[in-house]
Amino acid sequence: MNGIVLKYNQKNINTDLIIPARYLTNSDSQHLASHCMEDLDRNFKQKKEELNATIIVADSNFGCGSSREQAPIALKTAGVKCIIAPSYARIFYRNAINIGLPIIEFQDISMINTGDELEINFNEGNLKNITNASEFKINKMPKFLQEIISIGGLVNYAKKKILEK
Amino acid sequence: MGLTITEKILRDHSDNKNAVAGDIVLAKIDKCLGNDITAPISINVFEEIIKGTNKGVFDKDKIILTPDHFTPNKDVASAIQSKMLKDFAYKYNLSNYFEMGRVGIEHCLIPQERLVLPGEVFIGADSHTCTYGALGAFSTGVGSTDLGVAMVLGKCWFKIPESIKFIYSGTLNKWVSGKDLILYTIGKIGVDGATYNAMEFTGEVIEHLSMASRFTMCNMAIEAGGKNGIVAPDKITKDYLKDINESNYRIYSSDRDAQYDNIIEFNCSEIEPQVALPHLPENAKPISEVHNMQIEIDQVVIGSCTNGRLEDLEVAARIIGRNKINPRIRCIIIPGTQEIYLEALKKGYVELFIKSGAVVSTPTCGPCLGGHMGILAPNEKALSTTNRNFLGRMGHIESEIYLASPAIAAASAIKGYITSPDY
Ligand code: SF4
Repeated sequence: MNGIVLKYNQKNINTDLIIPARYLTNSDSQHLASHCMEDLDRNFKQKKEELNATIIVADSNFGCGSSREQAPIALKTAGVKCIIAPSYARIFYRNAINIGLPIIEFQDISMINTGDELEINFNEGNLKNITNASEFKINKMPKFLQEIISIGGLVNYAKKKILEK
Repeated sequence: MGLTITEKILRDHSDNKNAVAGDIVLAKIDKCLGNDITAPISINVFEEIIKGTNKGVFDKDKIILTPDHFTPNKDVASAIQSKMLKDFAYKYNLSNYFEMGRVGIEHCLIPQERLVLPGEVFIGADSHTCTYGALGAFSTGVGSTDLGVAMVLGKCWFKIPESIKFIYSGTLNKWVSGKDLILYTIGKIGVDGATYNAMEFTGEVIEHLSMASRFTMCNMAIEAGGKNGIVAPDKITKDYLKDINESNYRIYSSDRDAQYDNIIEFNCSEIEPQVALPHLPENAKPISEVHNMQIEIDQVVIGSCTNGRLEDLEVAARIIGRNKINPRIRCIIIPGTQEIYLEALKKGYVELFIKSGAVVSTPTCGPCLGGHMGILAPNEKALSTTNRNFLGRMGHIESEIYLASPAIAAASAIKGYITSPDY
């Protein structure tokens, strides 16, 4: 996939910042998306649209805090196609995989800036920064998780399991 | 090679009897849990999976639904979400749906109702599900899709975590509780210091620690990024479960030669009561230092899944005694469950709290997540016995949250600034 980056140079971006609890009385995904990242950056939506960004880059421990799946759902529905950070909180990580939102653990985020265009090849484990002409290896996911992502998330996995029986 | 308690429980529940830390397994779960925020998504996931099949829930007795976050329903939207839980529970004849009047804060309620026992694998679509590790269960928070899938399959995928062993030695100083130990620990290792790991709490101090304090410690494992917190069951655990026949549960413990990612020892005689300053639980400071900062507060909250147990209310009552809450302060006290509420009534704590100028609320998560029942205005400061002081968590994003134990919270509610009962 190709995409433009919107970067937040901040550690520990928690799920309360991604989608504040005051909006959790309604789990409609469009409603969630309209408040995505609101407490982190009031201008998130505007910036994202101006840049046409679909890749979020952030510092370590992204998605910490509450288990709310509303956080990756809000991001995905707001048009985020991939997240790149040095590390994630584990529930956010599994939620993203379960809903089929690709998520990359990548240490060298200093090599990526807002506005950069990236080309990511998940199968080959390649990340190319087209804007500054640099290229990196990224870790491939464990096989089981690849399987979940490749069939479109945990719901499809469960459907398949039921049919096998 | 020896195994940790976490590895043993997960291995015994999985199809791979040789699995060790690092392996991904599909494990059978003993119980699963959802609440009024997370379960609506799970219910949609569930219905989508079984559509067109003759499947239903994997076990009507093993799915627990607790509408506790916005209870009593705070507005139309939250009422609609709660109704989804109720309709689902009746449709599938679930035996563990807790309607308002029976519900409590889930992580206080579930151990109380004996819905989790030592040696079990428990998942909950709520990050603080790690609380039940205090009973020697493997218990962890997952997402809504995980819960939706588990409600059909009775299974969940896990990567078996490496463990960090924490050894608490020495003796506890006055007013130091499980809350202080865990805040101190997170202060030392950071909010991502145990990311992905099991946090195994051991040592002579833990061996003498009450169940309430053990629940508090395991509750906050997630605040260090931990997958689960765990304490090996012992006499204190068995006493707590004295109404349950021992043959109904299984006691695991770590082998002497178990492999740990890290072993960290703390000498408790050096640990004072702790306060976590805004906006992360890792900003823990000793009370002597915070007292000198003379931080004036507007609100005190005593309650939540971290510190809403009877023992917590007892400490608060002991400190408040005949004193009055400082007139500048809104003090909100929330018993974790109806049973705790009743006990507090019987023991006279509720009357004491009301006479002191505090309000006592029906069990609810309420202010802990900025839901309702005590929201902060811009520039207000709260001292809370909850577990998260994230920016904006209890209200306006320009408000501040300080975390501490019930003892520190009660003393500060009287004085009007953050202090210890001893100052
Ligand atoms: S009391 Fe707070 S932390 Fe505990 S379950 Fe409720 S909202 Fe979550």
